[in-house]
Amino acid sequence: MPKEITLADIMDILEEYEVIELEDVSIEGEIELEISSDGAVPTSLIQILQSMLGVVDKQIEATLSTRSSLIQILQPAQLPQLSAGETKVQSLVPAKFEVAKAEWNGQIEEVTLGATSSDGGTRGNVVTIGGEKALPFYNFDNQMPHPPVISVDCFDMPIPLAKAVRGYYDDVMEDPGEWAKKNVQEFGADMVTIHLISTDPMINDTSAKEAAKTVEEVLQAVKVPIVIGGSGNPDKDPAVLEAAAEVAEGERCLIASANLNMDYERIAKAAQDYGHVILSWTQLDINAQKTLNRYLFKLGVPREDIVIDPTTAALGYGLDYAYTNIERMRIAALKGDSDLAFPISCGITNAWGAREAWMKDSPIREDSDWGPAAYRGPLFEIVTGLTLGIAGGDLFMMMHPKAAKTVKRVTQMLFGAKTDDDKAIGLADWVKWRPEK
Amino acid sequence: MRIGSPMEIWEYLPGTNCGECGEKTCLAYASLLKDRKKSLEDCKPLFEPKYADKASKLMDLLAPEVREVKIGVGARTMKIGGEDVLYRHELTFFNRTALTYDVWDTMDEAELRVRVKEITDWRKFYVGEFLTLDAIAIRSVSDDANTFATCVKCVAEETDLPLVLCSFNAEVQEEGLKTVSDRNPLIYAADKDNWSEMLSLAKRYKVPVALFSPDLNMLNSLAVTFSSAGIQDLVLDPGTYPTGNGLRDSFSRFVQLRRAGIGEQDKQIAYPLIAVPMTAWQVLEDALEASYWEAVIADTFILRYADMMILHSIEPHSLIPERTLVANIYTDPRRPVSVDAGLREVGNPTAESPLFLTTNFALTYYTVESDIASNKIDSYLMVVDTDGLGVEAAVAGGQLNANVIKETIDSHEIGKKVKNETIVLPGLAARISGETEDATGWTVLVGPRDSGRIPGWMETSWPPENAS
Ligand code: B12
Ligand code: SF4
Repeated sequence: MPKEITLADIMDILEEYEVIELEDVSIEGEIELEISSDGAVPTSLIQILQSMLGVVDKQIEATLSTRSSLIQILQPAQLPQLSAGETKVQSLVPAKFEVAKAEWNGQIEEVTLGATSSDGGTRGNVVTIGGEKALPFYNFDNQMPHPPVISVDCFDMPIPLAKAVRGYYDDVMEDPGEWAKKNVQEFGADMVTIHLISTDPMINDTSAKEAAKTVEEVLQAVKVPIVIGGSGNPDKDPAVLEAAAEVAEGERCLIASANLNMDYERIAKAAQDYGHVILSWTQLDINAQKTLNRYLFKLGVPREDIVIDPTTAALGYGLDYAYTNIERMRIAALKGDSDLAFPISCGITNAWGAREAWMKDSPIREDSDWGPAAYRGPLFEIVTGLTLGIAGGDLFMMMHPKAAKTVKRVTQMLFGAKTDDDKAIGLADWVKWRPEK
Repeated sequence: MRIGSPMEIWEYLPGTNCGECGEKTCLAYASLLKDRKKSLEDCKPLFEPKYADKASKLMDLLAPEVREVKIGVGARTMKIGGEDVLYRHELTFFNRTALTYDVWDTMDEAELRVRVKEITDWRKFYVGEFLTLDAIAIRSVSDDANTFATCVKCVAEETDLPLVLCSFNAEVQEEGLKTVSDRNPLIYAADKDNWSEMLSLAKRYKVPVALFSPDLNMLNSLAVTFSSAGIQDLVLDPGTYPTGNGLRDSFSRFVQLRRAGIGEQDKQIAYPLIAVPMTAWQVLEDALEASYWEAVIADTFILRYADMMILHSIEPHSLIPERTLVANIYTDPRRPVSVDAGLREVGNPTAESPLFLTTNFALTYYTVESDIASNKIDSYLMVVDTDGLGVEAAVAGGQLNANVIKETIDSHEIGKKVKNETIVLPGLAARISGETEDATGWTVLVGPRDSGRIPGWMETSWPPENAS
């Protein structure tokens, strides 16, 4: 039974909360109260006002005015049986959580890399990426058709590597075939990327012909689909990638890459002539990406032969740009911008450019201890990879075996692949979890 | 806040263009309010009684889609929630994911104090400021009220960071709360069983409270119950499963909650969210593996809508990437990426001090500047306008070249400051050292590739041997 309250009771309460003014009190209309206080509006006050006025279905607006804030409260319709004097809420207000699915018009192109003997290649398997109709891992909107794929890097010459990575590759640095094999057999790579960096005139200026031989070696060493990367030298790459495409005829390699500041036409033509997929690479610029893709369409490159690389910057060194750039492209594509509706490749190995990934100690004296670099480096690669995966990445080029494995594992889980990883734990048990000494 | 045009805000402003807010017109101020670059308090006249109606309407209009909740008191108070968009490019994210690291009440006191201090004092320099951690979660492992209270008291003595009190046992919770209720801690958590007691506690001590339930109907129900009872400072925990399909489902719950709050403006559920990556420690035995996996979960939920999270590893390899990612995701994408070109003085340089050259990309500039400053190298730092590109990209793209260097020297009259006419180029700009000598007539030295190595380089290479 609600207790009867008198006007005096109300005045007491109002005084307690320093209510200065009560104006426009009208049973039919809105009630406005100006209360000067520093805290939140006390519930008991509201309850009492409510019962006093006998309104449960009318809007009560209590506006709390302080120097720094005005707070709006109260939706009486939702109030559980509140009555004067009763402070303990007895039962939960029933509620149902509902949220709509996101509807998108666009779909990302599905691209298959590699070709088996039935399609004129020699790969043991193919890898398909793309095809999404929703944001990455938003399976409640639409199941993602293919999980992200990991290609582990190898190079056509020994290269300087961070200490934490070098140990894994020391024995194969001189031999790209063995290197590629190790990536697949020991590190579980879905694909292998061979970077023909020695062709750079500033490095070894290896000829296109020599480079093509390296590609042949790699194709013989592994059965997985491969990515063929140039040195990044815009003048030399067209010739190098052309020769590489030719020796790899029919294998549906990913040719990396066509870029606006080079003769992309020549690369596009080579990819088409010899049956490969082309990587369309731009630098953190949506419009440049649209432009380059349109040029490729004009050259007659079919949509299913295009993957895009909007550029990866490392955690702490521009990851925010890379993340937002990829997220924006993916959302634009899902909204129907077909210029951008392609699977996305990310050069996650860039993460090793961050000095936190490799430097022994912080050069900044006031910093807290950085701990061993060997532990930091892989995490920089993992975080860079996973972050771009959540933004929209479909293919990750990576370097550290543990990083590659970890990114694979988490993206598989988010994708919803069968994993034997569902250990039953109480979801709130962490509160009482006792760390071992 | 769902506002298409500043006019929608302008309607409710006094309209006198008095300028007290620092803007020339009410409309100019309205457009800043829309971008959340100014706050309503800046318009003092609005708080005069005659505008009360307008003020309250504006308050309503401008309230962020996700409620903002404050935890803690004083300088290190943390604000969580208060977000208006689902993707950072749509505006920006405002209150960074608060990284909260745990301690527990069965720790021995000395260890406890050390750990609390480490969390409190941790810092890392990044783009012009020190990154720090946000809060400490105190877990009651003992489930004993006095043990918990002693621990809470000890932590409170040692830190000014906001506190999160973790226990599902209301009696334990209350003993802890008593000792620090003036610190406005977050109590974790009310669930389907203990909610009634927790609600009383939150009311009595006027503290924010976390609600826990992986069942979203139940979570919604808890939220409505609490808010109807006048408790609006809520943080929702939909459960963080560390692995497998459980992780996938947790991901989906976070996204759906935030979508309901921001996308569908469902006020009932539009509260900050809390993730618990430390559940990784329950399934992984090896400490390194667990810390890696914890960082993986943290990464996932920093991106997908956790406004705060509770973590366990305080090893540097965990803290650095976790905190850096938060810094990256929560930087305002509208902020300029470059600093002004010109000549900066680091320390107290004299005419004999070295002159270092770098680019105007903010990340590059602040990195180099702090490397020099923190090693107490008195010097000049000449900042060249490279359209906001870092050294290597600017050399490759041609923005950093001999001519811009010469122009910078001339326009900032750098010759008047330094006597030795010697420039130290970044190692990554070695390629342009010859042309720079030709164009400027100055001596050009090539420094190390990373500015962190400048101190070592100074020992061997400065002052230059041929210096006159
Ligand atoms: C992010 C990035 C970009 C961004 C740039 C964003 C920006 N605001 O700078 C964008 C996407 C725009 C870009 C563009 C290009 N990029 Co780019 N980019 C990178 C990336 C991923 C990171 C660079 C970075 O920000 N580093 C962090 C900053 C802080 O480093 P920093 O400025 O060099 O500063 C350090 C040192 O130089 C030194 N230092 C700095 N100042 C001083 C001063 C002194 C006195 C001393 C001693 C030391 C010192 O210490 C600093 C701290 O460590 C690198 C790859 C990598 N992982 O490194 C490629 C990279 C730099 N880019 C490269 C290229 C080729 C380009 C382009 C030419 C591509 C193209 N074909 O268009 C364009 C050029 C720009 C243009 N088109 O006008 C190449 C350069 C190759 C080379 N060595 O010539 C790289 C190495 C990638 C690669 N392997 O191909 N890029
Ligand atoms: S202070 Fe208020 S009234 Fe004065 S100009 Fe600014 S917005 Fe207009």
